[in-house]
Amino acid sequence: MHSVIVVGAIVMFFPFVWTIVTSITPGAGLTLTPSLIPSDPSLDAYARLFAERPFLRTILNSLGLAVVTTLVQLFTSATAAYAFSRLPFRGRGAVFAIYLATMMIPLQVLIVPLFVELKAFGLINTYLGALLPTFATAFGIFLLRQAVNQVPRELDEAATLDGAGHFRIFALVILPNIRPALATLSVFAFMGSWNSFLWPLVVLRKPELQTLPVALAGLQGQYTTAWDIVMAGSVVSILPMLAIYIFAQRYVVQGVANSGIK
Amino acid sequence: MTTELLPTGAGDPKASIARAVAPRKSRSRYALVVLAFLLPSAVPLALFVLGPMVAAAVVSLTEWNLIRPAVFVGFDNYAQLLSDPETGAIFLHTLFYIVGYLPLVYVGGLALALALNSRLKGRSFWRGIYFLPVVTSWIVVALIWRWLLNPSTGVVNTVLAWVGIDGPGWWTDPAWAMPSIILASAWKDLGFVMVILLAGLQAINPDLVDAARVDGAGWWRRLVSLTLPLLSPSTFFVLVISLINGFQVFDQVYAMTGGGPAGSSQVVVMQIYDLTFRYGAAGEASALSWMLFVVVLAVTVTQIIGQRRWVTYG
Repeated sequence: MHSVIVVGAIVMFFPFVWTIVTSITPGAGLTLTPSLIPSDPSLDAYARLFAERPFLRTILNSLGLAVVTTLVQLFTSATAAYAFSRLPFRGRGAVFAIYLATMMIPLQVLIVPLFVELKAFGLINTYLGALLPTFATAFGIFLLRQAVNQVPRELDEAATLDGAGHFRIFALVILPNIRPALATLSVFAFMGSWNSFLWPLVVLRKPELQTLPVALAGLQGQYTTAWDIVMAGSVVSILPMLAIYIFAQRYVVQGVANSGIK
Repeated sequence: MTTELLPTGAGDPKASIARAVAPRKSRSRYALVVLAFLLPSAVPLALFVLGPMVAAAVVSLTEWNLIRPAVFVGFDNYAQLLSDPETGAIFLHTLFYIVGYLPLVYVGGLALALALNSRLKGRSFWRGIYFLPVVTSWIVVALIWRWLLNPSTGVVNTVLAWVGIDGPGWWTDPAWAMPSIILASAWKDLGFVMVILLAGLQAINPDLVDAARVDGAGWWRRLVSLTLPLLSPSTFFVLVISLINGFQVFDQVYAMTGGGPAGSSQVVVMQIYDLTFRYGAAGEASALSWMLFVVVLAVTVTQIIGQRRWVTYG
């Protein structure tokens, strides 16, 4: 059993090793297969990546969009979760069902009307246009509602006796008590935005506005590809997610695991 | 709308008394509180999901290139798609993807989950390695695999040549383009499936497995008659998610083959993208989007209805 795990892990990890090796092998790909231990390693591909195209801008685009998406999703998901858990109103079940149903609708189905809508608003080739459709997700709301439901209602009641209204209960009682779920949602929202491709591809058509995945896809040449540069770009794109993943592995894995149990 | 937003508190006598004596002002105040908490999510969902969903249905009934005014054509787009043999081909390619991908990630994910479920040292480390591709973007995964599977200088064909095998043309060969995409996708999602199944395995009461062992059931027998049935809710979840995602496969196809060579890996969403942004056929693209949505919905609902026959909730 143990050897299966280890051999499997080596096979699974090898593509990452090969990515790094390729990125430090000048001229890799055109006629040359890199060797596992490069004889003449160089960071040339990284230098060219930043020198020949607005790659720093690309990274900042991705970073900015991911941070804003994450913050806004935390806000919209937490407020909705509070409403669905703590504020009874007529038709709440139906409204929640509609929210959940939006999870079933793939972005691909919406791509044409979304493009037309944002074009009408004059938001094509703007960051706002890229951001708006990511502001609320049924997944985030569902995740946080589960967490809010688990906060004991006695805490709300105690706060109410102290004269706190809903806004103060939300901010001072609920939010501090659902911190792990907020962390899980942060990681998923950031990852979703950082890795998203189709919508940024459609809405951000100008080269200087491109995000990392779109710019990376564009690095491939039509006939020949400088694989050392493409792999250098891939390494740059993976690193931030890797850092977040190592830092928040618990939340990521728990988030996925929980989604399977419920 | 506001009059509907009353605190209900059904069944709670204190709440209904409170409601009966509550002055009108405080009731409308409560409605405002509800709106304040709901609108931040309701507005974006209505504007950017539900609205476009309805709009897509309207657009699908028109002929429109996004520039000149749309012309209403009724169900012509649907009729045209249904009579076009290419529609059948792209759905078939999508199905080929799903049929190739699903057994790979399920059997692989299950084997890993079973192995990791034993008392293994450094379990979270190994789990971490397998999970790494999950946090990598589809585009990067596609680029890495396009490079690994490069027919002339890729590492896979180089290693195959060492042992005397003449490797295929992978994504440059119509017969191998889809298998290349399947391989890359399975590598990315294996860790995801593994984590879900592992969570399912850990929810199984170990006493049951021990009892079966005492009764003389062998490893295979325990797996088939005990573990797999108890794992069926997790399997069901993997199946539903994989099929929904499988029908919507796009990023990796776009970056690995662009649907080629010779359309051999053209899938539904790739076709929606091409129809809209390359051929200026937004109406037909919307019709295809709705067809895809209906197919996904039908498959998902069928699975939910069918689960009663094989999913056991312990």
